[in-house]
Amino acid sequence: MTPILEVKNLTMRFGGLLAVDNVSFSVNEGEIRGLIGPNGAGKSTTFKMIAGFLSPTSGEVLFRNNNITNQRSSRIASAGVVRTFQETTLFQELTVFENVLIGTHKQAHTNIIAAVLGLDRQKQNEAIEATTEVLEFMGLAERKNQLAAELPLGLQRALAVAISLAAKPNLLLMDEPFAGMNPEETRHMMELTERVRESGVSIVLVEHNMKAVMGLCDRLVVLNFGTVLDDGTPDQVRNNPNVIQAYLGGG
Amino acid sequence: MRIRTVFFLSLLYAALIVLPHFLKYHQQDFLIFLTINILVVVSYRLVTLTGEWSLIHAVMMGVGAYTSALISKNFDISFWITLPLAGVMAGLVALLLSYPLFRMTQFYFLIGSFAAGEAIRLTWIQFIKPFGGTGGTSAIPSPELMNIDFLEPIPYFYLVLIVVSICVYLLYRIENSRIGLTLHAVHWKGVLAESVGVNTWNYRTLAFVIGSLFVGIAGALKVHYIGTVAPKQFDIGFMVFILIWVIVGGYRTFYGAIIGAVVLSILDEILRGVEQLRPAIYGATLIFFILYLPGGLESLPQKIRQKFRANRESAT
Repeated sequence: MTPILEVKNLTMRFGGLLAVDNVSFSVNEGEIRGLIGPNGAGKSTTFKMIAGFLSPTSGEVLFRNNNITNQRSSRIASAGVVRTFQETTLFQELTVFENVLIGTHKQAHTNIIAAVLGLDRQKQNEAIEATTEVLEFMGLAERKNQLAAELPLGLQRALAVAISLAAKPNLLLMDEPFAGMNPEETRHMMELTERVRESGVSIVLVEHNMKAVMGLCDRLVVLNFGTVLDDGTPDQVRNNPNVIQAYLGGG
Repeated sequence: MRIRTVFFLSLLYAALIVLPHFLKYHQQDFLIFLTINILVVVSYRLVTLTGEWSLIHAVMMGVGAYTSALISKNFDISFWITLPLAGVMAGLVALLLSYPLFRMTQFYFLIGSFAAGEAIRLTWIQFIKPFGGTGGTSAIPSPELMNIDFLEPIPYFYLVLIVVSICVYLLYRIENSRIGLTLHAVHWKGVLAESVGVNTWNYRTLAFVIGSLFVGIAGALKVHYIGTVAPKQFDIGFMVFILIWVIVGGYRTFYGAIIGAVVLSILDEILRGVEQLRPAIYGATLIFFILYLPGGLESLPQKIRQKFRANRESAT
């Protein structure tokens, strides 16, 4: 079986700084793949290059064997690779429902003539249905008329995932979805992530929260100083002395 | 709600149809320009929906005005054809300009759009043939339809009312469609919109082109009434008026800009007697609104309601 995502020899150089150095790994269909490492290891840079928010210096990213390197992020999203953001990047001024409705862009985008004449009504109704489904799936249905800014942190993160899911991704890239969450919120988010995977979406998870990472991921890539330090199951990685040293600091 | 809207609109249009018959000649002129300015601010609103405030809207109006004026005068082509052509030309110029301009955002876009606008406006001044230089071009033919005399203000007002109503309705439909929602998304969080597949560049271009198209039509409507088109009509001074109308009216809702244009134009008309004071009063009004009513006139009913409720609560 071909992997859904292949990262090949990805390198990113910012001036004199080699942020990501020749990183390669792959993600299988239906897998939750963790991307971990100490601060400054190059996780976020790698993540942004996959999602098309940064152009790599060299190397390539293959999604289902199609080269998506250097493509515009909106195009990568339309192809089926959708990212979430660190912190709470939401349409704060809009309602929960509108937030998710914007996520349905791929299925509902329309041209100006159809919009003015109302020829796209069926398409828009389908988008509204899809939005309602996603809201129920993520447990946000009761909150749909609230402004996004009014939600508690845990639900804002859930909303961020809901927006991405509305875009019907094949591969979801999650950027630190557990940051700053309390144990209750973490547990809820883990359940949601697992449910997303069960619905048939492969996931790449960049995360610092080890409990979440070890509990959720099938395989992990450990980055350190821009290179791959280890690649394997959570148990293998946990027992690798190099990884332990990287996290605790060499003495 | 629906019935109330229909009722309100029919009342409004009945009033607008009767109104010019009770006005003096110069007031009828004023009513025509006011109606055209409504299309100017509403089309500007579409551009600002993506969060980019441009300073080129007045010049785009001029592009439409010059297009329609020169084609109808030099090639003897009917107003009914040059009117849509004015919109198409303004839209095309906007499309061309979008390539350099949308490489900039925010403040740089503001300045860039001003520079591009001035470049176009100075072209009209420099190239006496065909544009007519500083003095512009006059003797622009007025529309012809059956035996209606469009040199008279009342028939021309009805023409403007119909065209503007159609355009404003179309703009309203666009804003309340999926496209409007996407434009809001591009404004509030461009990167997030991009992450679900919205090409933000394309949507900024779309808003800019469509907004320019409609203001081009407004420009044609204006100069075919005055009979003269000149660079002065579309300078930065007029652009500042557009900005003030939108800010004073409010830009959260569709009708805010319309209220701003109407109220300030009427204020301006009242001040006609005290010519020297007009700029000062205009400036003071703007500062007052930014300080005390940043939401614009559109937020006034809500503010009053809140105040009223607060008073009642403190009374009981």
